[in-house]
Amino acid sequence: MISDPAGAIRRAALLALPVGFLGVFFAYPVASIVGLGLAHGVPDLGQFRGILWFTVWQAAVSTALTLALALPGAYVFARLDFPGKSLLRAIVTVPFVLPTVVVGAAFLALVGPDGLLGIRLDRSVPAILVAHVFFNYAVVVRVVGGLWSHLDPRQEEAAQLLGASRVRAWIAVTLPALAPAIGAAALLVFLFTFTSFGIVQILGGPRFATVEVEIYRQTAQLLDLRAAAALSMLQFAVVSVLLLGQAWLGRRRESMLSLVAASSAVRRPRGKGWFVLAANLVVMLVLLVTPLAVLVVRSFADGLGAYRALGQNDVRSTLFVPARDAIGWSLAYGSAATVIALVVGGLAAAAMTRRAGRLTRAIDGLLMLPLGVSAVTVGFGFLVTLDTPPLDLRSSPLLVPLAQALVAVPFVVRTVLPVLRAVDARLREAAAVLGASPWRVWREVDLPIAWRALLVAAGFAFAISLGEFGATVFIARPDTPTVPVAIFRLLGRPGELNYGQAMALSTILMVLCAGSLLALERVRLGRSAEF
Amino acid sequence: MLRIEHVTVSFGAHRALDDVSLAVADHEIVSVLGPSGSGKSTLLRVVAGLQNPSAGSVFLADRNQHGVPPHRRGVGLMFQDHALFPQKDVAGNVAFGLRMRREPRHRIAGKVAGLLSLVGLPDAGPRPIAELSGGEQQRIALARALAPEPRLLMLDEPLGQLDRTLRERLVTELRQLFVRLGTTVLAVTHDQGEAFALADRVVIMRDGRIAQDGSPQDVWQHPGSEFVARFLGFANVARAKITAGVAHTPWGPVAVPGAPDGEHPPDGEHPADGEYPVLIRPGDVRLDPDGPIDATVAARTFRGDQVTLHLTPESGPPIECSVPLDSAPSPGEGVRVCLTTAQALPE
Repeated sequence: MISDPAGAIRRAALLALPVGFLGVFFAYPVASIVGLGLAHGVPDLGQFRGILWFTVWQAAVSTALTLALALPGAYVFARLDFPGKSLLRAIVTVPFVLPTVVVGAAFLALVGPDGLLGIRLDRSVPAILVAHVFFNYAVVVRVVGGLWSHLDPRQEEAAQLLGASRVRAWIAVTLPALAPAIGAAALLVFLFTFTSFGIVQILGGPRFATVEVEIYRQTAQLLDLRAAAALSMLQFAVVSVLLLGQAWLGRRRESMLSLVAASSAVRRPRGKGWFVLAANLVVMLVLLVTPLAVLVVRSFADGLGAYRALGQNDVRSTLFVPARDAIGWSLAYGSAATVIALVVGGLAAAAMTRRAGRLTRAIDGLLMLPLGVSAVTVGFGFLVTLDTPPLDLRSSPLLVPLAQALVAVPFVVRTVLPVLRAVDARLREAAAVLGASPWRVWREVDLPIAWRALLVAAGFAFAISLGEFGATVFIARPDTPTVPVAIFRLLGRPGELNYGQAMALSTILMVLCAGSLLALERVRLGRSAEF
Repeated sequence: MLRIEHVTVSFGAHRALDDVSLAVADHEIVSVLGPSGSGKSTLLRVVAGLQNPSAGSVFLADRNQHGVPPHRRGVGLMFQDHALFPQKDVAGNVAFGLRMRREPRHRIAGKVAGLLSLVGLPDAGPRPIAELSGGEQQRIALARALAPEPRLLMLDEPLGQLDRTLRERLVTELRQLFVRLGTTVLAVTHDQGEAFALADRVVIMRDGRIAQDGSPQDVWQHPGSEFVARFLGFANVARAKITAGVAHTPWGPVAVPGAPDGEHPPDGEHPADGEYPVLIRPGDVRLDPDGPIDATVAARTFRGDQVTLHLTPESGPPIECSVPLDSAPSPGEGVRVCLTTAQALPE
């Protein structure tokens, strides 16, 4: 380890931009919300007790359901080898990068008015829960399955040779090793469902609201900023506790485990293995594929009519512009947000590559906060704070990308940082001794290894920005809506044509998000030797 | 070329290096030898600038290196596990240091070809690193370290992971190469055979301190302490009271011809009376039917034509002795042993 003052200065310089970015576009707006909420004393939160209770229990049930359905899925991906596995892995990941608005629309197409199933389940809790499982299935498969696939199966075999039954061996050896990953996945799912906005907003109807949805209603519909600020603080407090828990679990997860290359741990299914595989395939098909298929089918209910309507600017149109324009705005905003998120997240990851000091850990945690703090709060904070010079960004085209980047930065850091940290420190030292300056070391050693992770991070950032709804719905100007905002507005209007257009836009957005993900999935699988 | 003055490196309460001073002259090959954890790798990292000393200074060509980052020190370091860049091919690895010096492309290509011939892999340029065997990796790592013509080349366990025969061949090759090129070398290793075959001078380290510093022959003939003797593989070391040139060892009295300070004593001079660690070399242990010591053969270790016998004497600690293969007794057999001379070691 190089313990030099120059290195510390370098790291500080690298961190300046990310910290400044977070300070101005996250801490400042959120702090302003807190200030606003406290300006006239602590408001009475008692009236929101019901909403908080609903938010907590639906998140808990959603998490439990997701774990129950997705843990067997994680096993299938970690331990079984079957044809079409990598394609299936990509398909399973698609729902997670889908905009929540699209997820809501897909379930509406399935169980909403004139839904394909013929039963009305919208405006009901089961629809919300199932949509949450749909959305978060991939989180459990990726987080738990990722570790599971690298656990040395010989440990379980050793336990069996020592006389443990297969179940006992699993409980005694594999489960404890997986426990931190399961805990981390559960916390993430709880976090996502606790702050769920788009899905509940679309499927919940007026009866059901999470804290996040209520913040939006208080702000946008009832114009009660005090209540909204108080709710934001409440949510912030809960999320902070959850994130602290996640950081703690994350540290435990990094503890020493005997890991192997995933390819050495997979087997062709045998006997009961085929049954397990088939059962999981059915779950994935029904849970993950059906809603998306129905969405596509519904968008073509009127032939290409809905798609044609996207290009027209009806006087009675819900939007001020043709719906098609929203696609252009989404792509433009998404690209800008991706660039911002890559620069901010990449710099932060480069600075934090060395696990050093309490400060690094604190910043690491700070960077994760936007992941948990409600996007609605952030959007609301933007509205409140970024309207006075020198930070008058109300009319700036950068306002939306900035908010979207804020949500994407944690994903960029989380994708790039582990790869950078896995780079053998001796390679950097070897380069330095051979005459490479710190900047050259980064370019010659880190970048060639990390560029693939950067590419994947870019894809994630782009998909997240495309689908971002909670913050964008606040700050996107009426004449420059993004696709999710347009979908939401179209769904809010009666009429078959509006509905069809919403389905068509959702389908297009789904194809965009899934396409960017699948393209990157190919990059990752095609080029890197797995280890 | 290199002067290390009173360097200390502390990790918390642990001192990896403790007031170490060492100098390496131009064109000299010095081996630092010590068990793992004795601080020898830390020593190289301090010289390379990868580790800042808690105290003391490093001079290269009489310039204090305080605050000079690794990439401006002009030293070469061959890492223990080679640390070849996996994303570059062989030529890309060897060319790296030259590119960092901004040499023109055509000169780089020529030099890389020359270095690859020098290490005996003239056609390896386009090969990926992952395809190389351990010995080939070692050669490429050497070529890469030599390429920028460092004023001091440091080797960290250069042959550590290679198998025995390859190691013995390569160590001779390395020495010939360094002598021919006039390279100044500081190598660390835990293997005495390697250190003695490679170096003009051997420095033995223990717990972050230098235990002995001398020519291979000198160190081998006059271990500076009980630790050095044991580290060099001598087993017959015990404390003994010496009076009038006779050591009273746990195995009985043995003659002591030399002085304890490691210098060659004038004939007939004995060490001053007192208590010393004494060393009885395996060659000074003779199987002799009339010998005074009764012992049983506990085990045998084959070393080519010689066999090392591990003997359990009737009294005193185990004794090792070296005998020709064809006359070696079997385990369990009783033998009689005679200790001809003991060597008194400094405290």
